Amino acid sequence: MDLYEYQAKELFAKHGVAVVPGKVCFTPDEAKAVAEEIGTTVVVKAQVKTGGRGKAGGVKLADNASDARDRAQDILGLDIKGHTVRKVLVAEAADIVAEYYVSFLLDRTNRTFLAMASVEGGVEIEEVAVNNPDALAMIRVDAIEGCTLAKAAEIADAAKFPADVRDQVIEMLQNLWKVLIEEDATLVEVNPLAKISDGRVLALDGKVSLDDNAQYRHESHLALIDDSETDPIELRAKEFDLNYVKLQGEVGIIGNGAGLVMSTLDVVAYAGEEFGGVKPANFLDIGGGASAQVMANGLDIVLGDPEVKAVFVNVFGGITACDAVANGIVQAVSMLADRGEPITKPIVCRIDGNNAAEGRRILDESGIALIERVETMDDAARRVAQLASGK
Amino acid sequence: MAIFLDASSKILVQGMTGSEGTKHTRRMIASGTNVVAGVTPGKGGQEVDGIPVFNSVGEAMAATGANVSVVFVPPKFAKAAVIEAVDAKIPLCVVITEGIPVHDTAAFFQYSQNSGATRIVGPNCPGLISPDLSNAGIIPGDITKKGRVGLVSKSGTLTYQMMFELRDLGFSTCVGIGGDPIIGTTHIDCLEAFEADPETEVIVMIGEIGGDAEERAAAFIKDNVKKPVVGYVAGFTAPEGKTMGHAGAIVSGSSGTAAAKKDALEAVGVRVGKTPSEAARLVREVLANL
Repeated sequence: MDLYEYQAKELFAKHGVAVVPGKVCFTPDEAKAVAEEIGTTVVVKAQVKTGGRGKAGGVKLADNASDARDRAQDILGLDIKGHTVRKVLVAEAADIVAEYYVSFLLDRTNRTFLAMASVEGGVEIEEVAVNNPDALAMIRVDAIEGCTLAKAAEIADAAKFPADVRDQVIEMLQNLWKVLIEEDATLVEVNPLAKISDGRVLALDGKVSLDDNAQYRHESHLALIDDSETDPIELRAKEFDLNYVKLQGEVGIIGNGAGLVMSTLDVVAYAGEEFGGVKPANFLDIGGGASAQVMANGLDIVLGDPEVKAVFVNVFGGITACDAVANGIVQAVSMLADRGEPITKPIVCRIDGNNAAEGRRILDESGIALIERVETMDDAARRVAQLASGK
Repeated sequence: MAIFLDASSKILVQGMTGSEGTKHTRRMIASGTNVVAGVTPGKGGQEVDGIPVFNSVGEAMAATGANVSVVFVPPKFAKAAVIEAVDAKIPLCVVITEGIPVHDTAAFFQYSQNSGATRIVGPNCPGLISPDLSNAGIIPGDITKKGRVGLVSKSGTLTYQMMFELRDLGFSTCVGIGGDPIIGTTHIDCLEAFEADPETEVIVMIGEIGGDAEERAAAFIKDNVKKPVVGYVAGFTAPEGKTMGHAGAIVSGSSGTAAAKKDALEAVGVRVGKTPSEAARLVREVLANL
C-alpha cells in the first residue's frame, strides 16, 4: 500500500524524522483554519498518490489564511494524472537553502535493502540516476545488521553531504531506517530533504510504501487505508477476499493462479486483435481452492462489470480436481439464478489437469446453454474474443 | 540425475501436523517421495500416518538423516521456522508459505547466506519435483514423468500448465521459484544447475512481469549456458502500477515489463513463445533438432 504524503509524514514524525508542521484538510475552510493556526506563509499541497503535482498546479504558496482557503479551493477537485484531489496538506512554508534526497528501499536484485542519497534533491531522482549517476550514492544495507551509525555515516559521506548538515543527515537516515523496519515498509523516500535558513534539515516531502503481507502485525495501518480512489468493483472483490484488478476491456477473466491468469490476459488480448481489438476486462485469480461459493463470487464480480460482454473461465486443476471446479461453475450459475440474477452473457470454459474428463462431462451435461466448453487455452481465447466482439 | 532433489532426498515437513502440512505430506508420499519426519514444536513424539514428529529440525535430522525441509508453517511463524532449519544446516529448505512479510524473507535469506549451508527455495512457491524420484512441495505428482526437460518458473499454475503441455516428453526437475519480491533460489541458480545436469537437454524458463530477474538470467545465459533455452513471459497486457496477484508482479515505470524481458531473452538466443502452448511447441522443435 502506497501512502499519501501526509500519512508518510505522520509515520516520519512518530519515529523522530524531522518534518515541518502541517495538517491534512478536506475543505477550503479547514485549510483556512489550519493556516491560521500555523500563522506563517503556508504551502497548500494536493494529496494524490502520483508524482508531478507541482507541474499540474497542485502545490501553491499562500501568504495568509484566506489566501490558503482560496488556494485549497483551487486545488481540491483538480484532476492530476487521473487522480481527483480530495484532500490537501497545509504546512508551514520552509525557507529552503538546499535540497537533498534520501531513501531506503527493498533491493530485489540483490535481495537486501538499498540506501540512496544525493545532494541533488528536489528533482526526479530517476533523472539524476540517468544524467548524473555519480551524484547518486547507492549503498547496500544488510537486512540483519540494519542501518547502524557507521552505515548511516557511510551513506552520508558517499553522497558527499556538506559538513554543516552531516550529523543531522546521519540522524535522519537512522530514523528513516526505523520507519522502514518498524512499520514494515518497502520504501521510505524523502525528496526533497531540505536545509532551511535556520540550518535545520527537514523532510519536506515523503513517500512510504507498506508491505501488505505485514498488515497483521500493524493494526494502526488499517486506519491508513483510503478506498476513495479504488475502483468500486475492486472494492466489492476485496469484500469477497478475491484477488481482482479492473482493466479496460470486454472479456471477463477468471482463472486459478496468478501466473496462469496473467497469461490468460495476454492470450485473450492476442486473440482479440483478430476481432477489432477486444481486450480482457479484469484480472481475477480465484486461487487453488475454487469451491462453488468462490466461483459464484467470482462470476458475480466479473458479470457485475457492465463492460463485460463474455467471460472466460480458464482453470488448470493442479491440487483442485477439475470435477470440483466444473461443479463449482454449474452451482455458481444456479446460485446466481436463485438470487434472481440469472446469467445473460456467454461463459467460455477451458479446464485441464487433474480429473479433467469428469469435469468436462459435468459441464457438457449441465444443460446450461450459455456455457461453452473449448479444449485448449488458445482456442478458448479466440472463441471468447469472438463472442465479446459480437462477430 | 536431476537438480536439487533426487531419489536420495529424505524429506522432513515443518508444520506437518497442520491441515495443509498433513494433506500435502500425504500427496508427496503418494507420488513416491521419501518423507521421513515432521517437525512441530511441542508435538514431538506424535506420529502422522506413521511418520514421527519431532520438536525441532535438529532432532529430526539427527534421528532420520533428513536432508530437505518443506515448510508449511503460517506466515507469522515462517521466519523462525526457516532460521531453525538454517541453524540445523539442512542443505535444502523449500518454503511453500504464502504471505510472509518481505522483511522476514529478507532477514532469513540473509541469515542463510551468512550460514552458507542451506539453499532456500521460495517463499510463496509450489516447491520442486523431480518426477518419479521425489516431490518437495505441492506440485501434482501425476502430471508427467521423468524426462529430458528442465523447468524453472515463478508461477505455480504455469509450471503445471507447461508440465501438462510436455507431459509426453517428461522432465528432469521442475522448480517453482515463487513470485515474491525476494526469493531464495533464482532463475539463474536453476539455469546453472540444469546446465550441469547431464540428463537435462533443454531448459524451459517461465518468467513474469516485475523486477529484473529475467534480464539478469539472459545475461547469465549469454556467458554460461550452452544448452538450448526456451522462454515464456506472462503479463504483456499488465498495466503499470497494478500488482497482478504475486507481490512481486508489478510493472513500475519503464522497468519490469514483459516486452523488455522477452527482448532481453531473445537477444541472447532464447526462443520465447507468445503463449504457453507456443513455448511448448518451441521445446518440441528444439528437441527434434538436437
